[in-house]
Amino acid sequence: MIDPIALFLLLLSASTPILFAALGELVVERAGVLNLGVEGMMIVGALSGFATAYYSGNAFLGFAVAALAGALVALPFAILTQFLMSNQVASGLALTLFGLGLAALFGKPVEGVKAPSMAAGPLGLNWIVWLGLAMVPAIWWFLNRSRTGLILRGVGENHDAAHALGYDVRRVRIAAIAFGGAMAGIGGAFISVATVLQWTEGMTAGAGWIALAIVVFSNWTAVGVLAGAWLFGGVTVLQLRLQAAGVRVPVQLLSMAPYLATIIVLVAISARQKFSRRAGGAAPGSLGQDFHALR
Amino acid sequence: MIRLVPRTEASAFWQIATPVMAVAATMLAGGLLFAIMGYDPVSAIRTIFWDPLFGPAAGYSRPQLLVKAAPLILIASGLAVGFRAGIWNIGAEGQYIIGAITGAAVALAAYPASEMWIFPAMVIAGALGGWAWGMIPALLRNWFGASEILVSLMLVYVAQRIAAWMAFGPMKNPEGFGMPGSRNLQQYPAASNPELIAGTGAHWGVVAAVITVLAIWFLMSRHIRGFHIRAAGTAPRAARFAGVKPQTLVAFCLGLSGALAGMAGLFEVAGPAGQITDKVGVGYGFTAIIVAFLGRLHPVGILLAGLLLALTYIGGELAQLTLNLPAATVQVFQGMLLFFLLGFDLLTRYRITRRVTA
Repeated sequence: MIDPIALFLLLLSASTPILFAALGELVVERAGVLNLGVEGMMIVGALSGFATAYYSGNAFLGFAVAALAGALVALPFAILTQFLMSNQVASGLALTLFGLGLAALFGKPVEGVKAPSMAAGPLGLNWIVWLGLAMVPAIWWFLNRSRTGLILRGVGENHDAAHALGYDVRRVRIAAIAFGGAMAGIGGAFISVATVLQWTEGMTAGAGWIALAIVVFSNWTAVGVLAGAWLFGGVTVLQLRLQAAGVRVPVQLLSMAPYLATIIVLVAISARQKFSRRAGGAAPGSLGQDFHALR
Repeated sequence: MIRLVPRTEASAFWQIATPVMAVAATMLAGGLLFAIMGYDPVSAIRTIFWDPLFGPAAGYSRPQLLVKAAPLILIASGLAVGFRAGIWNIGAEGQYIIGAITGAAVALAAYPASEMWIFPAMVIAGALGGWAWGMIPALLRNWFGASEILVSLMLVYVAQRIAAWMAFGPMKNPEGFGMPGSRNLQQYPAASNPELIAGTGAHWGVVAAVITVLAIWFLMSRHIRGFHIRAAGTAPRAARFAGVKPQTLVAFCLGLSGALAGMAGLFEVAGPAGQITDKVGVGYGFTAIIVAFLGRLHPVGILLAGLLLALTYIGGELAQLTLNLPAATVQVFQGMLLFFLLGFDLLTRYRITRRVTA
């Protein structure tokens, strides 16, 4: 028999990396920036967090360094898109390719070693899982109730109007990009430090791209991101359960499930947004557009 | 104060100058990276960019240039057409894998027949497989408005798992002593894609790449469809008023780039790679994105950029052997190259002037 509570706890763990990355990207996109570099920032977080945890013996320090590294590696993207007016899609792709290469390059020394153990929090769950859950209301409050959040949404909805009102569009966006990088870094580190307990090349395996899809699914809300992350976590846990139960379906086909589920969910939600009255759903008005102040 | 003034038309001079500057900047930054890692930067850069062509072992590495450049050029030519229209197929890696599988499937089904039609049929099957895989994001975007970026990318992971399944299951070599992986097509003359002229590395994929460059040049500069693509990319609203159907373009661009990527996959699996394994995809589909941008989305530029990126692959392998540089160095180089290119691109679209006090 499968214990539903144990299964739910597994789901919470499985959804944590995506939850962090998607919440970070949510803030970035609400500021009007589309950063396709999530996968790259996650893998850099996974490596730097793992290496720090291994050499210092302190897993929590690993998460702090992963956040810092994620924010730092997002810096070239911020410079390109905010100062050099580069195309956001291409710059984000560049960030992903660069991050994957960088992590593979510097990851050689820690291949094959094991992460230090972490003290578990309430219900035997990792403290980072709880931190991720706490981030959902925190980001909801920030976006919908705080003054800074209002400015950030204004910048994302209409950057020209925000600029005319005297807000520094670039500064808001750079801060959002750095925050998104930090969150992706923590999400990546959760995979290496708390789940797999090892470093392997390319270990994020598309989690960053799934996080991007979940932001669309969420209709750009924090609660929606949580729902999306749980849905993804549920599919992952179920797929692993079926593998363990020895279902007569090849492992390789079962492991497609999270990606196929992402596509199905993306299609369903895009269709709803397409055929609803407001085209594009709740997507921020200036999402993905260059901002160049002429005055 | 420095001020940026948007140009009404992209500067022709900077369009050619910026890729060259980006390559130079990447070499400088790469040298710096090597120095930090404790390698001699000058000999590392020389090993990557010079030795494969003119070094002591160049006789072996020079033919590799065409082998590596052909898939990059094939894929990038197709991607560039879509990028021009603002249609982002970033799942070429998946289309490449599926093309390799469908193409190899024809050969494996025909084995051990030796008819003339087998290889051409494989090429067609490879192109069709890639086309079909590319049409999935196209149709999902046209019907439901789903982002082709995310769907095409997700399908890369799905394709990788199909390849693994094939290698361990349906396509496993029955005479392979239980080892994963299909029959080796290099040892099956009717289905293999051999070197056409000894010592050049040129196989059928190289021929296809040259034809593709010419065809894409014709399409983009002489054909009405190319005009529509360019119009849709620069002025989508105007293009729609002129009767350009966005949905047709989405299907055309994703289908075309998918078919070319699928063909590239087939040429690789029937030639240099030889067999379907769980590692059919080696990243050409992603590197081709850099090739497309470095080549300025122009067929001739892509030809040159494909050769340059092929050089970094071979140089990277050489540096791995002689200097013990990690294999991932090349990936970092390619990422940096794209960063610098996008950054310098500012010069083609904006004029930098001193701010005049009004």
